[in-house]
Amino acid sequence: MSSAYGGAHAQDAHAHHGPTGWRRWAYSTNHKDIGTMYLVFACVFGIVGGLISVLIRMELQEPGMQLLAEGDYHQFNVFTTAHGLIMVFFLIMPALIGGFGNWFIPLMIGAPDMAFPRLNNMSFWFMIPSAIMLVGSVFAGDGAGTGWTVYAPLSTSGHSGPAVDMAILSLHLAGASSILSSLNFITTIFNMRAPGMTLHRMPLFVWSQLVTTFLLLLSLPVLAGAITMLLTDRNFGTAFYEAARGGDPILYQHLFWFFGHPEVYVLVLPAFGIVSHVVATFSKKPIFGYLGMAYAMVAIGAVGFVVWAHHMYTAGMSVDTEAYFLAATLVIAVPTGIKIFSWLATMWGGSIEFKTPMLWAVGMIFMFTVGGVTGVVLANSPVTTAFHDTYYVVGHFHYVMAMGALFGIFAGWYYWIGKMSGRQYNETLGKGHFWLTMVGVNLTFFPMHFSGLAGMPRRIPDYPDAFSGWNYVSSIGSYIGFAAALLFVYIAIRTITSGERVGANYWGEGATSLEWTVDSPAPHHTHETMPHVR
Amino acid sequence: MKMVRKAAGAFVAVAVAMLAMAHSASAQAGFGAPKPWQMNFQEPATPVMAEVVSFHNFLTVLITLISLFVLGLLLYIIWRFNAKANPVPSKNSHNTMLEVVWTVIPITILVIMAIPSFRLLYKADVVPDAAKVREWYGINVAGTIDIKAIGNQWFWSYEYPNERIKFDAFCGVGPIEGACFSQDATPKRPRLLATTESVVVPVNALVRLLTVGQDVIHAWAMPAFGVKIDAVPGRTNHAWFVATREGTYFGQCSELCGQGHGYMPITVEVVSQQRYQQWLTSKRAEMAVKNGTQFAAN
Ligand code: HEM
Ligand SMILES: [Cu+2]
Ligand SMILES: [Cu+2]
Repeated sequence: MSSAYGGAHAQDAHAHHGPTGWRRWAYSTNHKDIGTMYLVFACVFGIVGGLISVLIRMELQEPGMQLLAEGDYHQFNVFTTAHGLIMVFFLIMPALIGGFGNWFIPLMIGAPDMAFPRLNNMSFWFMIPSAIMLVGSVFAGDGAGTGWTVYAPLSTSGHSGPAVDMAILSLHLAGASSILSSLNFITTIFNMRAPGMTLHRMPLFVWSQLVTTFLLLLSLPVLAGAITMLLTDRNFGTAFYEAARGGDPILYQHLFWFFGHPEVYVLVLPAFGIVSHVVATFSKKPIFGYLGMAYAMVAIGAVGFVVWAHHMYTAGMSVDTEAYFLAATLVIAVPTGIKIFSWLATMWGGSIEFKTPMLWAVGMIFMFTVGGVTGVVLANSPVTTAFHDTYYVVGHFHYVMAMGALFGIFAGWYYWIGKMSGRQYNETLGKGHFWLTMVGVNLTFFPMHFSGLAGMPRRIPDYPDAFSGWNYVSSIGSYIGFAAALLFVYIAIRTITSGERVGANYWGEGATSLEWTVDSPAPHHTHETMPHVR
Repeated sequence: MKMVRKAAGAFVAVAVAMLAMAHSASAQAGFGAPKPWQMNFQEPATPVMAEVVSFHNFLTVLITLISLFVLGLLLYIIWRFNAKANPVPSKNSHNTMLEVVWTVIPITILVIMAIPSFRLLYKADVVPDAAKVREWYGINVAGTIDIKAIGNQWFWSYEYPNERIKFDAFCGVGPIEGACFSQDATPKRPRLLATTESVVVPVNALVRLLTVGQDVIHAWAMPAFGVKIDAVPGRTNHAWFVATREGTYFGQCSELCGQGHGYMPITVEVVSQQRYQQWLTSKRAEMAVKNGTQFAAN
């Protein structure tokens, strides 16, 4: 990989005649400006979603009702629903795909911009009404207390009022935005690579985005159909999910998870891509087993489409169906293992510098391993009969998302902020942010496995007194984690306003992909004449 | 293959031994509730749960070793290949042998894991007859009982169709708007776990449980039995258990069902045959008194 970009030409900035002021952003068709807007959007909603999680943990800090009044249990469900949807659709996806994807796909493949710049603008601006509707749903009527999975019939006959309709429309808009982005990214990656950059020379971050956008393109229409049927069941008298009139509530679960399982890989594959770049850069070595790494992601994507019902082991499927989903789910662990071992092999023999992005990447590798192995436990349906809908599952998916995907986001941010802003973060603060987060998230999520083993169900506002010990620890952990998030906001503002200025390739010999050949900050227009990749 | 089969057999042996040990260790009645700072499963009260526990113990050892292996490699790499210790990076980026190894070894581990998993799945999921239970666990089954659990917002209703018994079980001592009294909580009747009426079953009986949802989806869960099954409107799900230990066992609804979701617990009392018969008699008398109560045969 490393020498593949040797012949690339650096591009000079050149005068830019586009709109300025607010028009520059509102009308933007520039992949970098749109990427920046996505990153700011993700940061804002990350704080909002994080704040809601603190409210959840305050309520659960001790047995009995803490924050909410006795009897106000529905509000708790509204919090967990909003937290889940915001973190998935308004933090992780906008940051990894809209943010880093927009910024770095064109830079890495030597394209001047995305294939459809106006579509790109539209994708971003769909997110604003989507977010407004979701946040609005918290305040409209009683709020949507369905969980992020929005299972029927709780979401149909079980919820009157406008809140659930608003949440559904929010998902429609966010989904449309992602489908449009996916079309745009796929077209860009297939058609706008610089001469010489074959698919097999393409940086792994771009591979990760290619697989991710395919997953989105194929799974989101199914979600859209599923939630449209929710909408018509709610408002127009259809009965797709109403058993009494010939519908089937379990149909909704199949459709949701047909989207839902690929979606969880949508959240983590781009983080895989980032970690590959960071690990290679700071080890000063090319990535180990490049083709294996690329095709492991393709395999994860493909197999990810045929494992969805491992979320439904207690729904009453036939035993043979369960056996199939058990086997298929175990298979995913193989390509996932290949990723982990290839990262280790990349580091092996390297001359590793543990700058902040590398800390996040190494942290991600280990924390994701922990989440991955509990996933393997959960694949075993007889064991998951005990674990389903307990805190063990909550522990599992926070290890892969709050540590896997989110650590990937932070690795990417510290790695590229100099390229995006032209200014470098403060190393001491960055490391402090990493360690504070490590302590916070592990204190929060590790004890959840114990609560789950002891039998604590998820999505309850109050719990039997015996569960109080580990819940207290989790709550303290979450406050530390949130403090770390606030520290990040401070670091980000400080970097952008007064960070040290950096040059084109501030990481040195290990940083070999094309974005390091352009100035920092990357000029408004880059690669206007095609770089040639040997 | 044979070795794997043997390993699977070993699981059952360990599980049955564990169950026996649990029984002899505490001659007194079982109490199926979480304990403060608990870090593992509750003590199993059915042979299936005992197998789940031993299978899960195996899985936990396995995943701990894998995680420690990855952690160990990372720490070694950090120590050995940091820029100070190793100023000149190597350029190796391929090793086909290595890549084959780290594909094949995980596959082997997964196959070893899958075989006992499948066996346990087919045992736990398909409702057996008394002969099967005897064959698997050497338990002489004391009769077969059908119980229907109906999930309502926010309490469970139970029917014993063959006994013409039907009752509702609320959280604590009575329902108030989906909430639950906690004043009467005692160590034996824990808050948010004890119900107004218990499901009563005789020890060593084969209980066939049917679940259905009245309004939205609920899930009937009993950690010490290894049972969790959704109660879905418009379909009847089934599960089974043979509780081998007298005592009181608690569980909670395990599918989000609205605001009272945390307030519809489940209590099962496992009693001797004799006490079970007494309970049936008193329950039938109670039903007769409330002669307004209609029994709906499914
Ligand atoms: C080795 C790979 C993995 C395996 C075998 C696996 C397996 C599972 C299984 C079986 C469940 C269902 C548990 C239950 O509800 O009873 C589950 C839940 C979940 N997993 Fe994973 N998982 C893996 C990796 C991931 C990754 C990479 C992510 C996301 C980045 C993820 C996110 C989730 C989420 C969000 C849930 C819970 C969904 C919900 O019920 O709300 N998993 N996983
Ligand atoms: Cu899944
Ligand atoms: Cu419930």
